[in-house]
Amino acid sequence: MIRVELPAHLRTLARVQGEVSLNVTGRVTPGAILDALEAAYPMLRGTIRDHVSHQRRPFVRYFACGRDVSHEAQDAALPDAVTSGAEPFLVVGAIAGG
Amino acid sequence: MSGVRVLVGTRKGAFVLNADGARKQWKVDGPFFGGWEMYHVKGSPADPQRLYASQSTGWFGQLIQRSNDGGRTWEPVDNKFVYEGTPGPHKWYDGTPHPWEFKRVWHLEPSLDDPDTVLAGVEDAALFKTADGGKSWVELPGLRRHATAPGWQPGAGGLCLHTILVDPADRRRIFVAISAAGAFRSDDAGATWRPINRGLRSQHIPDPEAEVGHCVHRIALHRSRPDVLFMQKHWDVMRSDDAGGSWREVSGNLPTDFGFPIEVHPHEPETIYVVPIKSDSEHYPPDGRLRVYRSRSGGNEWEALTKGLPQRDCYVNVLRDATSMDSLEEAGVYFGTTGGQVYASTDAGDSWTAIVRDLPSVLSVEVQTLP
Repeated sequence: MIRVELPAHLRTLARVQGEVSLNVTGRVTPGAILDALEAAYPMLRGTIRDHVSHQRRPFVRYFACGRDVSHEAQDAALPDAVTSGAEPFLVVGAIAGG
Repeated sequence: MSGVRVLVGTRKGAFVLNADGARKQWKVDGPFFGGWEMYHVKGSPADPQRLYASQSTGWFGQLIQRSNDGGRTWEPVDNKFVYEGTPGPHKWYDGTPHPWEFKRVWHLEPSLDDPDTVLAGVEDAALFKTADGGKSWVELPGLRRHATAPGWQPGAGGLCLHTILVDPADRRRIFVAISAAGAFRSDDAGATWRPINRGLRSQHIPDPEAEVGHCVHRIALHRSRPDVLFMQKHWDVMRSDDAGGSWREVSGNLPTDFGFPIEVHPHEPETIYVVPIKSDSEHYPPDGRLRVYRSRSGGNEWEALTKGLPQRDCYVNVLRDATSMDSLEEAGVYFGTTGGQVYASTDAGDSWTAIVRDLPSVLSVEVQTLP
């Protein structure tokens, strides 16, 4: 299982507490994780990435094992620790006031 | 006994205020969707238990929430607002072309007849519609494809479609207002549109009497007389007696004719309300005194309504969607401020009480009169 950590507002929206566990079929990439996340929690569609282009929203970042993978390709490989479920894939909202 | 429900959208969540017909004791529920900007919350005239809410943040974009029980519980519905085809550019603030980009839903206008049908006014300006209770949204692209659209420029708040009025006598007639393009009318249920800005005069644009380019803040009508429209423009309060075919100024003796909302009394078609604001850069009441102005003659002659409102050191604003009225026999008037107060009057504005006073900055107020 792939572990995903969501920002607080998206956990509330998805009605989950703590991390989300996902079954990702095939190669585990950022795009595959988000596909599985949106399939399991349709209310998250459009909140992390654009509905159509799948472009990441500007105030959202993806992290894996302490590394910012936001700018890597959607089909890029992720660290073994994430693909094995040892470490979570982090969806992070920018720390910004307002 | 009948009741009143006040739906309040704020910068950090939504609130639902309920009272019986006496409107003395208010129960405040919320915040719903805490931390999110709630641009608009509105109930269906056909089913008062059906509510729709526009929820957004800069982080996570746009959501639409729906309630089937008068706001006790909510469920997210579809949030996919995709312009039809490849949208062309509009003008940016500096006059350069700028791509049409969806940002948020400003206004939700549920159908007068069908709880599942809703029009949504969005930024960048366009009109969307759902006919399945929000499960899917489609654009009515005729407006965005109007010949003048490449020349539309945003107001300070963005290129937003913020007002939608459906003619109660002819459901095919729709009025919308866009900052800063102006007002438009469709006579074929949104398929085609015409600008209805003749008579408007805006000093801040190159041609003050241009066909489009006017920063219309709000329009309103009385359901018994839908050919008569009232408008709060950036500056100037205006009136049309021919469904927007032409406008004349009715600012009269207002202390300033800048402002955002305009409201029509539910039982008196010639009684209208505005909240004068000092200027376009000083978004607070003149002299630090919060005054609602009422005209009982359809404009020109205005009286200040001050009883119960702060008359010193008050520097809040009242935004375009933040006034509403109930339709009880003695109609109530309501408005919310950027300071978080919601004021109500049960005597048509003669006196006011804050029914809640420490909310986040209020973006919208809608009132439902319940059986």
